[in-house]
Amino acid sequence: MENHLILETQELSKSYENQKNVLNGINFSIQTGEVVVIVGPSGCGKSTFLRCLNMLEPIDAGVIRLDGKEIHQDFKKAHLIREKVGMVFQSYELFPHRTVLDNIILAPIKVQKRKKEDVTKEAVALLTRVGLFEKKSAYPRQLSGGQKQRVAIVRALIMHPEILLLDEITAALDPEMVREVLQVVLQLAKEGMTMIIVTHEMGFAKAVADRVLFLDQGQVVEEAAPFEFFTYPKSERAKQFLNTFHYEAIEI
Amino acid sequence: MQDLGIQVLFRGTNFLRLWQGLWVSLQIAAISMLFSVILGIFLGMIMTGKNRIVRLLCRIYLETVRIMPQLVLLFLVYFGTAKHFGLDLSSEVSAVIVFTFWGTAEMGDLVRSAFLSIPSHQYESGYALGLQKWQVFFHIMIPQTVRRLLPSSVNLLSRMIKTTSLVVLIGVVEVVKVGKQIIDAARYDVPTSALWVYGTIFFMYFLICFPFSIASSYLEKRLKD
Ligand SMILES: Nc1ncnc2c1ncn2[C@@H]1O[C@H](COP(=O)(O)OP(=O)(O)O)[C@@H](O)[C@H]1O
Ligand SMILES: [Mg+2]
Repeated sequence: MENHLILETQELSKSYENQKNVLNGINFSIQTGEVVVIVGPSGCGKSTFLRCLNMLEPIDAGVIRLDGKEIHQDFKKAHLIREKVGMVFQSYELFPHRTVLDNIILAPIKVQKRKKEDVTKEAVALLTRVGLFEKKSAYPRQLSGGQKQRVAIVRALIMHPEILLLDEITAALDPEMVREVLQVVLQLAKEGMTMIIVTHEMGFAKAVADRVLFLDQGQVVEEAAPFEFFTYPKSERAKQFLNTFHYEAIEI
Repeated sequence: MQDLGIQVLFRGTNFLRLWQGLWVSLQIAAISMLFSVILGIFLGMIMTGKNRIVRLLCRIYLETVRIMPQLVLLFLVYFGTAKHFGLDLSSEVSAVIVFTFWGTAEMGDLVRSAFLSIPSHQYESGYALGLQKWQVFFHIMIPQTVRRLLPSSVNLLSRMIKTTSLVVLIGVVEVVKVGKQIIDAARYDVPTSALWVYGTIFFMYFLICFPFSIASSYLEKRLKD
């Protein structure tokens, strides 16, 4: 299938009550099968941007289009958008009162009205793929952070989203668990999953991204292929930002 | 064996009568608890709402109930309504009213804090999966609220059972009252009966409340995320 434009924003702007211009006229687009990584200093609006894309936050100005159709700020219909735009959070947010399997099959059964047996079969297959088959009857509290996050990814995947948003999904993990989660994401990228990824793992960003977006103070400051961005950042701000990571690397 | 006070317990149907007395207290506690749970859930929902004035009113209600000794409330309802409104409430009905009034406030506060203790990311991750508001409420909020609520409401129930012993003072014939009758009847031939009777009542309360206390701490451990 030919790649085509799937999601775009034009002049997207957003303020919170006590925080003006968190997003300041963002123009953005992503093709099917593309992986865009967003980096930028903490507080620059990365999470807010992703949250606007699946309507967890209302926007103040600008346009968001999914499959060429404008997403209107009609929150009664937000669930129809969110069905197509999956999201995984930093803090996993599995439902503590449900087993791993029940976490995964809830939405496809309730939202998409799919048959329980079919969904269960698919859930088991996905769990096997991320190496968690034997945890299917466990409760979230019995899992490590890395395992929880892999379950959260499966829970989003089983909805067959057109695009997946990942918001710093390894930021809360112990270092030794980061790898197992990133591996899953790399695999997804290889299979052609369309993703927007916010991360502070620069090595991973370099490996997974088709394109890197550098966000600062609610604006897209730089947009480039990963090699170009990490080797020859153009803007002063991007250079500074990348430098902080060099220092971290040296200190370690 | 003149002064072995324990014998009063086995005189006639005394022992059975004590249990029947406790049964009266338990009924009052159970009915009050039932009403408190139902009304408390509504109150809790209202308390998490946006309206400031409503929230303030709820707060005042809660604090009032907590400050006022239950005994004062009992007298107020039982004697007060009779005197000022000409209502002739039975002492049992008065007790249920007072304990419901108290229990609703406590339960409402428990529901409120259980509800607010669920992090916003929990329902957001439900929304992000395409669930609608009512589905998130039904499948994610309610089950978690109930689990957080279970230990503390079991605890409230056992507090309520204990506090029902106050109703003896508005003339309900419950376990303490029956105990008094037994002691009075044996006043002359078994002078040490008071110790035995009240001791027995103590153990009866213990027998009823201890399982609740165990259950409460078990649930608390078990249901921690
Ligand atoms: N719900 C909110 N209410 C008010 N301000 C917020 C809210 N969420 C985020 N902000 C503010 O918006 C800015 C961008 O936040 P965020 O998008 O979370 O940044 P990032 O994910 O890049 O670290 C920050 O200054 C933050 O304090
Ligand atoms: Mg963030």
